Amino acid sequence: MALTKKQTAELAKQVFEYAPAPESIDHVKIQPRYGLFIGGRMVEGHSKKRFPTINPATETKLAEVVEADDVDVDRAVKAADKAFDSWAHLAPSQRARYLFRISRLIQERSRELAVVETMDGGKPIKESRDVDIPLAAAHFFYYAGWADKLEWAFPNRKPKPIGVAGQVIPWNFPLLMLAWKIAPALAAGNTVVLKPAETTPLSAMVFAEICMQADLPPGVVNIVTGAGKTGSLVVTHPDVKKVAFTGSTEVGKLIQRSIAGSGKRLTLELGGKAANIVFEDAPLDQAVEGIINGIYFNQGHVCCAGSRLLVQESIAEPLLEKLKRRLSTLRLGDPLDKNTDIGAINSKAQLERIQGLVESGIEEGAELYQPDCVLPERGFWFPPTLFTNVSQSYRIAREEIFGPVLSVLTFRTPNEAVEKANNTPYGLSAGVWTDKGSRILWMAERLRAGVVWANTFNRFDPTSPFGGYKESGFGREGGVHGLLPYLELN
Amino acid sequence: MATALSLTHLGSLMRGVRSVDEVGADERAAALAKRSIKKSSKLWALDLAVRCMDLTTLEGADTPGKVAAMCAKAIRPKPGDPTIPSVAAVCVYPLRIADCVEHLRGSNVRIASVATAFPSGQSFTSIKVAETEEAVRAGAHEIDMVIDRGAFLSGDYQRVYDEIVAVKEACGPAHLKVILETGELGTYDAVRRASILAMAAGADFIKTSTGKVQPAATLPVALVMMESIRDFVRETGQPVGFKAAGGIRTAKQAIAYLVLTYETLGPDWMTPDRLRLGASTLLNDVLMQIDKERTGAYQSPDYFTID
Amino acid sequence: MDVRKTYKLFVNGEFVRSESGRAYRPDGNVNVPRGSRKDLRDAVRAARTAFPAWSGRTAMNRGQILYRAAEMLDGRGSQFIELLGGGARARRELDQAVETLVWYAGWTDKLSQVTGTVNPVSGPYFNFTIPEPTGVVGIVAPEDDALGGLVRRIAPALCGGNVVVALAAESHPLAALTLAEVLATSDLPGGVVNILSGQRKELIPWLAAHMDVNAIDVAGCTGDEIKSIEEAAAGNVKRVIKVAATERSPYLVSAFMEMKTVWHPIGV
Repeated sequence: MALTKKQTAELAKQVFEYAPAPESIDHVKIQPRYGLFIGGRMVEGHSKKRFPTINPATETKLAEVVEADDVDVDRAVKAADKAFDSWAHLAPSQRARYLFRISRLIQERSRELAVVETMDGGKPIKESRDVDIPLAAAHFFYYAGWADKLEWAFPNRKPKPIGVAGQVIPWNFPLLMLAWKIAPALAAGNTVVLKPAETTPLSAMVFAEICMQADLPPGVVNIVTGAGKTGSLVVTHPDVKKVAFTGSTEVGKLIQRSIAGSGKRLTLELGGKAANIVFEDAPLDQAVEGIINGIYFNQGHVCCAGSRLLVQESIAEPLLEKLKRRLSTLRLGDPLDKNTDIGAINSKAQLERIQGLVESGIEEGAELYQPDCVLPERGFWFPPTLFTNVSQSYRIAREEIFGPVLSVLTFRTPNEAVEKANNTPYGLSAGVWTDKGSRILWMAERLRAGVVWANTFNRFDPTSPFGGYKESGFGREGGVHGLLPYLELN
Repeated sequence: MATALSLTHLGSLMRGVRSVDEVGADERAAALAKRSIKKSSKLWALDLAVRCMDLTTLEGADTPGKVAAMCAKAIRPKPGDPTIPSVAAVCVYPLRIADCVEHLRGSNVRIASVATAFPSGQSFTSIKVAETEEAVRAGAHEIDMVIDRGAFLSGDYQRVYDEIVAVKEACGPAHLKVILETGELGTYDAVRRASILAMAAGADFIKTSTGKVQPAATLPVALVMMESIRDFVRETGQPVGFKAAGGIRTAKQAIAYLVLTYETLGPDWMTPDRLRLGASTLLNDVLMQIDKERTGAYQSPDYFTID
Repeated sequence: MDVRKTYKLFVNGEFVRSESGRAYRPDGNVNVPRGSRKDLRDAVRAARTAFPAWSGRTAMNRGQILYRAAEMLDGRGSQFIELLGGGARARRELDQAVETLVWYAGWTDKLSQVTGTVNPVSGPYFNFTIPEPTGVVGIVAPEDDALGGLVRRIAPALCGGNVVVALAAESHPLAALTLAEVLATSDLPGGVVNILSGQRKELIPWLAAHMDVNAIDVAGCTGDEIKSIEEAAAGNVKRVIKVAATERSPYLVSAFMEMKTVWHPIGV
């Protein structure tokens, strides 16, 4: 066996890059069609309209779900309204137990949920397995503990639930966003009607089964599927007292407008265009990992993604070299493969939006870099992309792309970094990389963003409040602050 | 070249070595450890692990008989199965080199010897140089030296540097692996500084540990050292090898080091010329995994000779 | 013969006439400037400019300045009692306004201790959440309680480090405009509070739609006004603060605040 060095390296390449390691899916049963979860059971929709939910990695149909109409939404809200009184007056320790139970059931069915999430949404299995599902379970566990301790959370007040919460969630972290919405609402004593995103309804359908398994009282959680129209019916329903929305700023504004004057309480978690700022003294290799995690995690379908890299000019060249090298090691492909870093783009519409913005970047004069990357023939894919020579005025530096596309800008001084970072209508998150403690705090103080990651990026925890400044929305999710939107403090 | 460095400024240069964020490095290493390698790829990886192995015995109780047995195992890890390759090298104390020379004759297995007052390194430079020269004269192809951690931790980088340069010279044609003993250095920042210092002084390989100090090799330490190699190669164009040693006992761990190497240094490092895994008990677990992959059945240690 | 006062708008720390040159006479006699959308624009610009320095002051310093405002208000008590119509009711309103300033003066350096958190995340990270001012806050004063109603909202907004553009009660603007004189002599930097008099229906839509206003407090608004304010507020996702007019609490201060969460690894 006398191989040349080159042959050996070539072999190593095949072994360490292309060997498939698929997650098994035989333990997961997706039903061909789903109804709506109303009043504690799955029911047929009044609406006869159905739509398919597809696997974006293969474009094959996974199941059909109902496009709920006004009658369906009204039924769901009525069920929630009917359940509200007894749920709100249930001994708080009992409410806590239901939530603990749900948390445990999510843990027990974690692999099934991870596979469903990955098949329905296109995200890599290692992310749904290691991030989405454990965090969703943790979120329920955290808020379960609050249910009978609300008086300790808000001194001098008697917190009371608001009523029926109408919640509309996005497709990027379907189960996790469901947990962020439902867990605090239920802990506070509200009942909910939740609408999952049009392209990712399936993990919510599994969650409906979990509610039944947990013997959650009927009507406490109701789930209606559909698109924007259904969501609009949920938030504008007169018996919905509290609206929570996570999604685009554009839709957030429509919702804020549509419920104006209604007296409904509102929280919005919207878009972002986060700056990830790297100073010349940063721990570079970890900064590179943070940049990668910041923008290519979940294909960049992350509202708090670090989509603008602000790098100090003095280290731009070595940093970009490291970054490009690292980019070339990202594995794009089958989301069910345990080694996949970049999965499928969630939908055709999203892919087209990304493609359009990337084209605008090229037209405006930015320099495109994409590593060699073979895209699968079927499904929706976009290679990890990096733009240099980007000006603050380019669309790719201002608009949320919501895809694996990083725009690189440079700065010279800390003041300039802050100025550029804040020069956006958004204010969801920001990143700072430097070895100097006082500079971290100086930056953290000045960045107008709800979450500042210093020497790290894209970390989440149920105890840690999350939410935006400015057009990134208002209200916080997570932590004791995440209870506030679901309570009246009388 | 070692002499290219301006020695008067070594201290400030060392302090200027870029820092490492511990949590970030730990997370990156942990993420890579989750990479999954299956079937034929796994077999190839296990085969590579054998080919990159430095089969080691470093005990006060080492005898000619013990070393002879190890040499036999090194040449033919699984008697009766010629598809299993020889390991890269054996690694012994200087007094046992002659035994290796005798029992490895005719094979491709190289002889590595620790030297320089292993494992503490707390001796005179002249003794270390002499020990190195003797070891090479006795037939060692590779010298695994330890750095003077006392000097390093007291900030006397010059002394560490000079000693490596001297030992390297004493090595002559033999390859020099410089052991940083990362478990005694306290931080990844220090590991990175020591890596750069050793490479600048002429190390052919940098190596994590003696195996006599806990913690020995860990994935994040390996990551930090490999990233230092990557930066050094970028600056100088001179490739430097990496050796992990101490605490690597399972095939799963070995594969994690291979993944880390591949992801950090690339395919050109997936060869015994640039990558070594030092271990005393790893080999049989790798052999058991190879058989498991081939037969589909989990294996028993009773079927694998201990030496 | 007394020397009468010319009432003016309070913008950027200065007393100015409306750029429109218009006035109205809410009590039938005294001319009050009828602020225009351009006055409002100038006020927002002044507030925005003042924001970084004001929010950057130490909490202790903001407390001292709010307390100073209480001192100044109390010192001119008889003037305000007269403006408020005299009698026990006016005295009570003044006392409450002074008390409100004193109360919030004492909150500035406690707010983050009561509403901030250190979060025990699962991992090697130090994680904390602190309140930060949202920025430029628009306040519509209630028509009754011309002094107290306004002070009850300005004080908590300032307490957290926000800057304010306030619309005085349209029917009783004199107390608000005189309050500006108190603030102007309280070491409050110019532009931190701006007070405009004029017609609500003329000014509110511009305030609600202004893209550089971060929040709008509607405690003094009617239901119809709130609806149109909320519609316009969506233009830049303005926070619409609907906490009851009688509220006095750190929760009200928090309504003018953003919670910022900071993560940092813990390692060697």
